[in-house]
Amino acid sequence: MRAVSLALHEFRFAQKVFWRNPASVFFTALLPVLFLFIFATIFGNDRNDELDGVKITTYYIPAIVTLAVISATMVNLAMNVTIAREEGLLKRGRGTPLPPWVFIAGRVGNAIVISTIMLVVVTLIGKLVYDAPIPWERIPAVAVTLIVGATSFCCLGLAMTVIIPSREAASAITNAITLPLYFLSGIFIPESEIPDGVLAFANHFPVRDFFEAFFTAYSPNTVGPGFEWGELAVVAVWGLGGLLIALRYFRWTPRN
Amino acid sequence: MSETAITIRGLRKSYDELEAVKGIDLEVAREEVFAVLGPNGAGKTTTVEILEGYLDRDGGEVSVLGVDPARPTAAWREKIGIVLQSTTLEPALTARESLQQYAGYYRNPRNVDDVIELVGLQNQADTRARKLSGGQQRRLDVGIALIGDPDLLFLDEPTTGFDPSARRQAWEMIAGLRDLGKTVLLTTHYMEEAQFLADRVAIISDGRIVALDTPENLGDRGQLPTTIYFVIPESIDLAEIAGTGEILIGGESGTGLKTVQISTHEPVAGLNRITGWAMGQGFELDQLEVRRPSLEDVYLELTES
Repeated sequence: MRAVSLALHEFRFAQKVFWRNPASVFFTALLPVLFLFIFATIFGNDRNDELDGVKITTYYIPAIVTLAVISATMVNLAMNVTIAREEGLLKRGRGTPLPPWVFIAGRVGNAIVISTIMLVVVTLIGKLVYDAPIPWERIPAVAVTLIVGATSFCCLGLAMTVIIPSREAASAITNAITLPLYFLSGIFIPESEIPDGVLAFANHFPVRDFFEAFFTAYSPNTVGPGFEWGELAVVAVWGLGGLLIALRYFRWTPRN
Repeated sequence: MSETAITIRGLRKSYDELEAVKGIDLEVAREEVFAVLGPNGAGKTTTVEILEGYLDRDGGEVSVLGVDPARPTAAWREKIGIVLQSTTLEPALTARESLQQYAGYYRNPRNVDDVIELVGLQNQADTRARKLSGGQQRRLDVGIALIGDPDLLFLDEPTTGFDPSARRQAWEMIAGLRDLGKTVLLTTHYMEEAQFLADRVAIISDGRIVALDTPENLGDRGQLPTTIYFVIPESIDLAEIAGTGEILIGGESGTGLKTVQISTHEPVAGLNRITGWAMGQGFELDQLEVRRPSLEDVYLELTES
C-alpha cells in the first residue's frame, strides 16, 4: 500500500524532527517527569482516604501520564503544526503529490508514539521510585484510554491551530488553555484539595475526564476491568468536535 | 504533447477591493526559461500562485502542462516543481534528509546525490538547514523543487535578499537547469536576473503585461537612442555640436563644470563630431561614456505609473 508506506515515511521524518527539537524534548519528554518528582516531593507519599485510599504518589502516576499524553498530542501539534504553517512548510507540502492527510497522519502517528513512550516511562518511574503498582490486570483499559485520549487530543491540537494566528502566539494560547485545566482537573494538585464545585466544572472539559479514566485504570483499588466508558465518551466527543473544526477551518498557508 | 507549457488568457484576480491581476495573456513554450519581471505588488506572485494551483482565479483561462491548475491532480503535481517566495525548509533536517523526505513523495524522483551536486551543496549535504547560509538554504530550496524531476519549475524571486556573489552562484545553477530541458517560469524584480537567465521576459506592472520580448529587444530597446555623456568646463559653448542629437545639460552650479548628455540615433557619427570638436578646441571630455539604453531604463520607463 503506497499510502501506508508514505505515512510511515512521513512518520520517520516527524520523529527525527521531534527528537532534534530541544523545546519539544524538554516540554514533552522531560517536564512531565520533572513535575512528577516535584509534586511527589511536595505532597508526600502518604495514603489519602479521599483519593480512593491510594498513596499520593500512586495518584500522581495517572495524573502525570494524562499531562504527558496531552503535551505529546494537543500541545505538540498545536505548536508545531502552527509553526510549520507559518514557515510555509504546509504550503510547500501541498505543492507536492503527497496526499494532505498523509502529512497529518505522519505527525499524528508521531504524537501517539511519543504518548505511548511517555506512558511507559512514567509508569516505570512510578514503580521503581515510588513503588506505585503497575496495573497489569487492567492493561486493556489503560491502552483504550490512551488510544481514545491521544487521538482525541490530536484532533483538538489540530483544531487549536485554527485559532492560533502566529508562531509567537502558539505557546501563549496553548498554555492559557492547558494550565488552568491541569489545576482545576486535579493534575497538579490532588483532587482532595479541590472544591467539589470546581471539579464539577472541570468535568465539562476533556482533561478531567481523560484523567479520571486513567485514574480508574491505574488505581489498585479498582474492581473489575476498569473501563470508564462515560468519561471516555466525553473525551471522544470533544475530539470529534475538534476534528470537525479542523476539517472545516484548517489552513495550509501562512496567516502572516 | 503540446509545445506550450503554460497558456494564460484573460487572467483576472482580485483581493476584496484590490484588483491584483487585470487581464493577463501569456504563453510559455516548453523548455523555455521565462521571466516575469516587475516591482513589488505588480501581481507577479498572484499570477504564479494561480499557475501553481494555490490560488483560485476570478476570470480567464489557464492551462499548465495541459491541466487547469484550479483542479490539480497528483499526476500533475508529479510534473511541477515549486520554489516559493520565502525559503521553506525544515531547520532540523540536513540537506540530504530534506531531499530524501521530498523524494519519497514522488514516484520517479531524481537521485538525491545528483541533486545535491546540481545545486552545489556537496560540502553541506550533512549540515542541518538551520546552519546553512541564506544562499545555501535557497539552493536547497531549489533542490527540493527539482527532486521530483519536474518538467516545469516555478521560481518565485529566487535570489531576493542575496549578496552579489550568492546571486551569481544561484544564477549559474539556474542557468544549468536549461541543460536538463526544464521549462522554468521565474519571477524577479532584478533586471539583470531576467537578462542573465531568461529567453523571454514579460514586464508586469499594476496587474498588466506592459512589455513582452527577448531581453535584447524588450521595449524596442534596439530603437531607442544611445546616450553620449561627458563633463566639460561651464564656459565652453555647445553651438558647434548642436546638430548631433538631443542635448541635456546638467551639473552642480559653482563647480565650474557642466554635464552633457546627448541622445542620438547615430552614435558613431555623433561621437566622431564631438571628439573632433573637442580635439580641435583642445580640451578633454572628462568621464566620457557611451551608453545603450539598459534594460533598467526600459523597465523604469515601462513601470512608472
